[in-house]
Amino acid sequence: MIDRTGSSPHWHDGRSVGTVMADVCIALVPGLICYAWLFGPGVLIQCALAVCFALLLEFAVLRLRGRDPALFLRDGSVTVTALLFAVSITPLAPWWVCLCGIAFAVIIAKHAFGGIGCNLFNPAMAGYVFVLACFPVQMNTWPALPAHGIGASLDSIFPMGTTAPDMLSGATALDELKNRLELMEMVSEIKSETGTPMIFGYVAGAGWEWINFLYLLGGIYLLARGVIKWHIPVAVLAGVVLVSLPFYLYDPEVHASPLFHLFSGGTMLCAFFIATDPVTASTTWPGRLIYGVLIGALVILLRGWGAYPDGVAFAVLLANVFVPLIDLLTRPKVFGEQ
Amino acid sequence: MRELHEFPGGLLLEPHKEITDQKMSILHPLPARMFLPLQQHIGLPAVPAVKIGDKVLKGQIIARPDGYVSVPVHASTSGTITDIGDYPVPNPTISKAPCIVLEPDGNDAWFDIEPTEEYDRAEPAKLQELIRDCGIAGLGGAGFPAHVKLMEGVENAVDTLIINGVECEPHITCDDRLIQEKASYVVSGARMIRHAVQARHCVIAVEDDMDLAYDALAGLVDDDLELVRVPVRYPAGGEKQLIRTLTGKDVPSGGLPIHIGIVIHNVATAAAVYRAVTRGEPIVSRYITVTGKVDNPVNLQVLIGTPVEDCLATCGYRHSEDNKVIIGGPMMGLRVTSPNMPVIKTTNCIIIEENAPARPEMPCIRCGDCADVCPELLLPQQLYWFAAAGDSDRLREYRLFDCIECGCCAYVCPSRIPLVHYYRRAKSQVVLEEQQGNEAAAARQRFNRKTDRLRIEADTSRQRRAPGPEQDTRAEKKAYVEEALVRTRAKRRQQSPGDGDAGQTDTDD
Repeated sequence: MIDRTGSSPHWHDGRSVGTVMADVCIALVPGLICYAWLFGPGVLIQCALAVCFALLLEFAVLRLRGRDPALFLRDGSVTVTALLFAVSITPLAPWWVCLCGIAFAVIIAKHAFGGIGCNLFNPAMAGYVFVLACFPVQMNTWPALPAHGIGASLDSIFPMGTTAPDMLSGATALDELKNRLELMEMVSEIKSETGTPMIFGYVAGAGWEWINFLYLLGGIYLLARGVIKWHIPVAVLAGVVLVSLPFYLYDPEVHASPLFHLFSGGTMLCAFFIATDPVTASTTWPGRLIYGVLIGALVILLRGWGAYPDGVAFAVLLANVFVPLIDLLTRPKVFGEQ
Repeated sequence: MRELHEFPGGLLLEPHKEITDQKMSILHPLPARMFLPLQQHIGLPAVPAVKIGDKVLKGQIIARPDGYVSVPVHASTSGTITDIGDYPVPNPTISKAPCIVLEPDGNDAWFDIEPTEEYDRAEPAKLQELIRDCGIAGLGGAGFPAHVKLMEGVENAVDTLIINGVECEPHITCDDRLIQEKASYVVSGARMIRHAVQARHCVIAVEDDMDLAYDALAGLVDDDLELVRVPVRYPAGGEKQLIRTLTGKDVPSGGLPIHIGIVIHNVATAAAVYRAVTRGEPIVSRYITVTGKVDNPVNLQVLIGTPVEDCLATCGYRHSEDNKVIIGGPMMGLRVTSPNMPVIKTTNCIIIEENAPARPEMPCIRCGDCADVCPELLLPQQLYWFAAAGDSDRLREYRLFDCIECGCCAYVCPSRIPLVHYYRRAKSQVVLEEQQGNEAAAARQRFNRKTDRLRIEADTSRQRRAPGPEQDTRAEKKAYVEEALVRTRAKRRQQSPGDGDAGQTDTDD
């Protein structure tokens, strides 16, 4: 008899959404370790918290929606969302900030739109923007160099009312640059100060440039494994350079260099891990280039003229809005179609 | 040296050909019963030409072609017809189809067959007829009647004849073995087909890793035939892909190779043509690869109609429910739960694989990997959405019918969506809708014709009736008289305006 359950092909390359997501997690590890090494173990605690919250919430929502949690939890997509969210927020954020962000990401940004494959916005970035808007004070308290101990991290994440995280915090390079440029200071002037804590490193923010560098290496691993394709990361980085370079050439004392932008804030994380989320990105290759350049350009514009020091999350969400349009306009000509 | 071109998409698969490609093929013994489906080719099924109880000889026609795109079926051995009825067949859309059941008598006695003297002096049209009479349908997989391709070749100027020996699916080595064992048949057959279609060039293509087959052919080809190795990449042996590789030309969407001056035949078809021309032998047997989890994986020379079970038994395998049987290759083959069906003209391989638990289908994550591997440059993801929505217009617009069902898209899909299954279903749905649309249009046309006819009939009968005054009704008559009266009065009034009122005029009359 003919077996209708097994249509050809009878072979498969063995990859699944789960293995893809596992590769993404592996690629994040070097950057994460570097982050924890430089700025204290807070980021790891945030990751653990976020993953726990995300799995619990995903389980609950899947049950409510009548889906099989065992099957859908195994795809690992919610774990990746949680990790990307956790490395995006400040390691000093209290636990309830993490919970709120994850809840928004999983319940609203992901499942309200239909779950994996259907969400219009990148869930991690939606959650991040949600908590940024709700808790600006907590979200803008970033740790300073050198790394603090695990005790201080725990105090900050689980505040008991007495210790303020201010003691650990300091301005990030993007922050410092933005604030002082607004005070009409020169870039060279700002960067030349060597106070404590150290804010500027070799090319960008002290510490942050290394984290970005390791995210870049993680991204190259993903490219080598075929998990992501080159179009989006290259386009994002190209967008960053293309928009920042003319300003920098016009007046290097008022605008930071493209190199500074590439290795500051969340640029590399965005280019290789966030913008490459296939569900919320364009599906055609010309569309992916447009989508990437759009994100890169928006990152620079938002950093220069936006209200927040970094613009990665907003850039990604704004570009997400344009994806259906980009897909429509870049639909490849069907072969033989004139 | 011919410049090779690259076709888009495709995959590098583990070949697994080393299991069988060095082993001499085995002549399969006569089975106890054979099942010969009336349809083993694309087109219309053949019509039985024998009755139950008839004694037939090997090579005798037992079913005649019905229409142009159809080929006859021959008895694979001598014996008795025991039944004509529905039996399981290896077909993805239907599980049972009409078959002629033949019980061999063990003599394997040939029917009267006679060779064609000196094929190169024969009329191409005569060769074409012979090829049809010998039941030759493409032995590569699709089973397109060979004479139709030849006829197109006769009617159109053929630039290149391609003899396809590119077995791109893993595991399958039947063409490889055929070339190694019967290289002269392939080369001579190629020359005959070339003569039949009057092609300017003739290319025999094999894959890069078919060293032995290449050597066997290289010793036989002359300047008249080109022997080409093409890179190993699935689906390099697909008709359109091979044409692209060898000529750089693309078969137009919805078109045939002949539209760009190309005729393409499988190597096994070429060998069958050789037998048909030199001996008058119709297709009664073919090479098949039996491999996978069998004790003795090997190529068999099997009579058409032999049950798959018998072939497996010859290779030391007894069917168990733990294993699945794939008829065809791992990428395009048909999975069956029990091997109780016959080997037909297009059966090239039987694979036994362990039953793995099916992985559930997950939602599409829009990764686009499917589009990267599609050798036809289709958009599998969009086709999937349109198939799910049942949007026939869009499916056509996105060239669903150019899909060759190679399975590359489903092979790489991380969500394990059985895309080919959806495309197949969508294809039959679109065809069905079109048929229904055609039926509706035909009904409308019939209705319009009928009403026209009735109106014309009514008109003519009225005209015929009109002159007969006795048929007019009283009322009509009266109305006619009154009309005439009014006209006369009006005339009168005009002629004598001075006269009194109408009443007087009336009385004057």
